[in-house]
Amino acid sequence: MSNLKIHGLLAEFADPHALINAAKAVRDAGYKTFDCHSPFPVHGMDQAMGMKRSSIGFIVAVFAFLGAVIGLGLQGWASTAAYPLVISGKPLFSWQAYIIITFALFVLFGAISAVLGMLRLNKLPRLHHPVFYSDRFKSASDDGFFVSIEASDTQFDAALTKTFLESIGGKNVEVLEGE
Amino acid sequence: MKMDPQTFRLTDSGNFGRNMLIMGVLGLVISFVGYVINQEQFFFSYLVAFAFWTTLGLGALFFLMLHHLTGAVWSVVLRRIIESLASSLPVMLVLFIPILLGMHSLYHWSHADVVASDPVLSQKAGYLNMTFFTIRTVVYFGIWFLLGLGLYKASRNQDGGHTDAIQARMRKLSAGGMILYAFSVSFAAFDWLMSLDPHWFSTIFGVYIFSGGFLIFLSFIVVFTTWLRQNGVLAGVITIEHNHDLGRLLFAFTVWWAYIAGSQYFLIWYGNLPEETHWFLDRWTGSWKPWSLFIITAHFAIPFFVLVFRASKRNAKILLSIAVLYFVMHWADLYWVVMPTLHKSGVKLSWMDLTTWLGVGGIFLSIFWRRYSAAPLIPVGDPNLQKSMDVVHL
Repeated sequence: MSNLKIHGLLAEFADPHALINAAKAVRDAGYKTFDCHSPFPVHGMDQAMGMKRSSIGFIVAVFAFLGAVIGLGLQGWASTAAYPLVISGKPLFSWQAYIIITFALFVLFGAISAVLGMLRLNKLPRLHHPVFYSDRFKSASDDGFFVSIEASDTQFDAALTKTFLESIGGKNVEVLEGE
Repeated sequence: MKMDPQTFRLTDSGNFGRNMLIMGVLGLVISFVGYVINQEQFFFSYLVAFAFWTTLGLGALFFLMLHHLTGAVWSVVLRRIIESLASSLPVMLVLFIPILLGMHSLYHWSHADVVASDPVLSQKAGYLNMTFFTIRTVVYFGIWFLLGLGLYKASRNQDGGHTDAIQARMRKLSAGGMILYAFSVSFAAFDWLMSLDPHWFSTIFGVYIFSGGFLIFLSFIVVFTTWLRQNGVLAGVITIEHNHDLGRLLFAFTVWWAYIAGSQYFLIWYGNLPEETHWFLDRWTGSWKPWSLFIITAHFAIPFFVLVFRASKRNAKILLSIAVLYFVMHWADLYWVVMPTLHKSGVKLSWMDLTTWLGVGGIFLSIFWRRYSAAPLIPVGDPNLQKSMDVVHL
């Protein structure tokens, strides 16, 4: 056992309603690095867990505007400095003609940063997670509702946290042990 | 103003309807003085006012059909307001009479001698002639009348008890109606506004007018529901969550309007054909240039950068200010479309611009209010009503 490390605790709850209440209790007890697992999205879970709004919108905004600047800059540079060419008698810097590609790069950068930013914020890709040490956890994709509290939480104490999870109605509280 | 919280009917409908009627009649009477003083100015101002309030009703009709076609839930609490707006459109046919009387002042192509000496206009005379113009207008209003009233009546039947047959009827009407709507609105915009400059053409023009109309409709709903809540009506029913949804649509359609306006400009700029570019050149002459820049700024840039933030869509005051801004900007946009035909050298505002706007608006809104205040203020028979009231955005 000595080479095994405690990664956290996993407790099972009866239904989504109990899971919401458990999430509130865990949040109110001051835990920060915990998570809730359920086979389907539970309405109101974000508030129950005390989660802040995602910063994805700001990430997308920054990259989208960056894309627009690059789009406009590239076309402007190409047609005024790199390869100036008069086309149908229009001025070299014909911004009207650049709007479409500027807009397209705005959208493209926005879309790509949304996907990559989402992965980053979700800490993905990730090949393994301590909750998979539990055999019972398989039912989280079927009919199981779980709360996991990770050992990295400053308040975590294997014995005390276990008692706490049991006190809020957690069943089958398991220690997540692994290498 | 008081509402019975059980039936959602007004027990005291207040002074709004009367005030609007007074404003409308006064506005039109004063505008008539303007007609005596300066006929041309009167007809052009009147056309802008007419287009403003008609596009408001048309925006409502579009949203109503879209609501039924998509089976939307969040907007159920707003549906009765929207139905009342859409089914008030026929009054605009009566208010179209001054435009028919002023055709010779407004439309260049209505003069037989001008058409005869102009090869382009003689070619177009089969379409652009006074008889066919009048017939088309009646047909447009006929379509909108049938759709608006049909959907309103079905909804009132639903108040008595929901059946699947009623819902099916509303969806069928909307499905066919949407196609008729697209054609009628597009051609109405061609006839009433684009033909002011009969040499010029832009196939996207109808979509452009529609996009502005949808924005003013959303803005109207924001202003109107804010006012209702301030009077203690539907305060717990239409909430900040519905505001948020309206704000999202306002944001989306701000971009959509700019996209359409940009596309129209872009193709004409690129093609660089004199018979197309002159329309924009007219709007870049003298003080029309700052007016054009003003529209780009306040019809697109300002609302875009305000509404992009979630917090401003959920802030009642900020959303209200944007909605009020659109009341100015939609008018400024239609003014920009119509007036360069009359005032070629630059912007020349007239008091009639205001009085005709108040006059037509007062009549339209008093009719709207008569209809809205006579029935439950929300569609009480809709099975999704409770869900719509409970809507919450994370």
